[in-house]
Amino acid sequence: MGALGIREISKNYGAVSVLRDICLDVAAGEFLTLLGPSGCGKSTLLRIIAGLERQDAGTVSLGGRVVDGLRPKARDVAMVFQSYALYPHMTVAQNMALPLKMRRLSPWQRLPLVGRVLPGTSAAVAGIDAEVVRIASALGIDHLLARKPGQLSGGQRQRVAVGRAMVRHPAVFLMDEPLSNLDAKLRVQMRSEIKELHRRLGVTFIYVTHDQAEAMTLSDRVAVMLDGEVLQVAPPRQIYDDPADRRVAEFVGSPKINMLDVRVRERGVLDLAGSTLFVDVDCAAGTALVLGIRPEALQLAERAGPGTLSGVVRLSEHLGSDIFIHLDVPGSSEPLVARLPAERAPHVETGQLVHLGLRAERALPFAQDGRRLRTQATVMPLREYAR
Amino acid sequence: MTVSAEPLRAERLIAGATVSSRRRARLADAIAAYALAGPAFVLLLCLFILPTFAVFVIAATDWQFGASTINFVGARNFAELLADRAFRISFANTVLYVLIVVPGTVGLGLVLALLIEAGRSLRAFYRAIHFLPFMATLAAMAIAWEALLHPTIGLLNQALATLGLPTANWLRDEATVLPVLAAIGIWQNLGFAMVLYLAGLKSIPQDLYDAADIDGADSWLDRLRAVTLPMLGPVSMFVVIVVALKAFQTFDTVKILTQGGPGHASDVLLYTLYRESFEYLRTGFGAAVTIVFLVIVVTLTLIQARVMERRGPYA
Repeated sequence: MGALGIREISKNYGAVSVLRDICLDVAAGEFLTLLGPSGCGKSTLLRIIAGLERQDAGTVSLGGRVVDGLRPKARDVAMVFQSYALYPHMTVAQNMALPLKMRRLSPWQRLPLVGRVLPGTSAAVAGIDAEVVRIASALGIDHLLARKPGQLSGGQRQRVAVGRAMVRHPAVFLMDEPLSNLDAKLRVQMRSEIKELHRRLGVTFIYVTHDQAEAMTLSDRVAVMLDGEVLQVAPPRQIYDDPADRRVAEFVGSPKINMLDVRVRERGVLDLAGSTLFVDVDCAAGTALVLGIRPEALQLAERAGPGTLSGVVRLSEHLGSDIFIHLDVPGSSEPLVARLPAERAPHVETGQLVHLGLRAERALPFAQDGRRLRTQATVMPLREYAR
Repeated sequence: MTVSAEPLRAERLIAGATVSSRRRARLADAIAAYALAGPAFVLLLCLFILPTFAVFVIAATDWQFGASTINFVGARNFAELLADRAFRISFANTVLYVLIVVPGTVGLGLVLALLIEAGRSLRAFYRAIHFLPFMATLAAMAIAWEALLHPTIGLLNQALATLGLPTANWLRDEATVLPVLAAIGIWQNLGFAMVLYLAGLKSIPQDLYDAADIDGADSWLDRLRAVTLPMLGPVSMFVVIVVALKAFQTFDTVKILTQGGPGHASDVLLYTLYRESFEYLRTGFGAAVTIVFLVIVVTLTLIQARVMERRGPYA
């Protein structure tokens, strides 16, 4: 039984359709990331799961139970917000205690003065306080309990927000861009802390981000969303190596994947404005395709010839371990980017003509409508064709 | 050696020249600064500092407006003030007036803002109509109130009589006059408090309400207690002080509707000040009242400045 099931969720704001027929199944204990650019509907989907917003169609089930129409507090989910949404007038301890107070104390017991003298209040409050201290020390924020959010740094606030989510022991953690307000260094550190937290708690995490590095490093599976649709749900490695859609390939990967307009000459042979490439796509001769080539799928070749691309270096960026070279290639409107290992790349100068070979097994052909096309496992050997 | 000494001497000459020219430039800057700030300072001196100083001096004399004699009397005006029954009543009335108007305005303003914010339609209309009394001239509005409250032909008494309820001579009865004036004060300032609260409500991040929903504080009352009221704290502080300042300065309604009567039942500080200074022409005594008034207003203003400086208590 899955932790979370989403069936044909749709959501419109007026005439604007934000989510269209979203289906997702998340296993218990899984770390699933919703990855997409801003405005793709990922946060809306998270808010629908949380119960903060109602879908126009479809159902959400948590732990096998349909939760449509249930208020957020009844759904056994906790959420960490991008802004952390800590109550600024409460101390860290009060912030973390609130979810428990709302659960364990009756409305009368929560009254400011009267509540304290009611039977059972002091025992319940002591239990809550102990729980808060326990969670706070697990997160390393127990020395901050008496402070207010305004006196904390970004990373500390982030931890408090996580702590407030943890005290309730929810079955599902929802995180809405929790690291995007932190500086780059802290973001990397908090990323590993979240990964560690997930490993330790073993509960389901649904994590929304637009940052592919976060999605790739944290997730068991990534759901790539674009324009209100889930394009692909797969482990990070597969999202990168085996994208199901042109938009997925273009969104994931930095530097961006190269996209070249090619035409099938014959089985296993593609034409690109004067160059010939050997990629075996099962298409009729004359079909126009888009060939996706990751920058690292290109390698330097000694000389021009069939199976290579030639171009003039426009820019070369030395990053220590790698060199990115940007080439003007005939037939491509955008410069082609190749990522070469620094030790195997000779000195490349701007304006120089270089030749690049393509690792055919890494080529990603797409149909004109963006659908991914399969390549054949056997690729015609280069030498054989040249003969 | 001689070769290297030459440029060294030249350098020193240049350095000396720059030091003296720099000093001259600094002096010119200072003169320009004083010249530019001068007119503003003179205005400040003539319009604020000297008159205030004059009030303190006059308060220590027995001068009467237009009189040719003036004698230094020390703190006698203040002693007289403390012993004066009329002044004590006036002071107590003012405090009572403030104690009714401030909570009334703040409480009703908040309720009004919450209601307007909760409703979907006609928001702009409600906002405008409640803000109107604050924008209008209170002197003119006071006359409308006088007509409403007229003992025989006033709308209020006629309505009460129609319903079979007891009527009253609202502005001529010692028991009702101050509460009625306070009610008019609330009516006038309500829109101001409401507008500030509306702005305050708008600035509360939606995330906090979402967090409260998830944490289980999702009933109307819990949301109010966990998010809305605490987040309106800074606004409330500001509203309380500004309304208190305005309430301490109330004058128009008293002057137009009651002239402090019946007896001294609706005497307030500013009206006493006016009467002593400009009707009885006891300028020295009036100056002493002014100083009492000044102390209250300045204290409130300082608190307000401090609150605004902190920009909310949660930073």
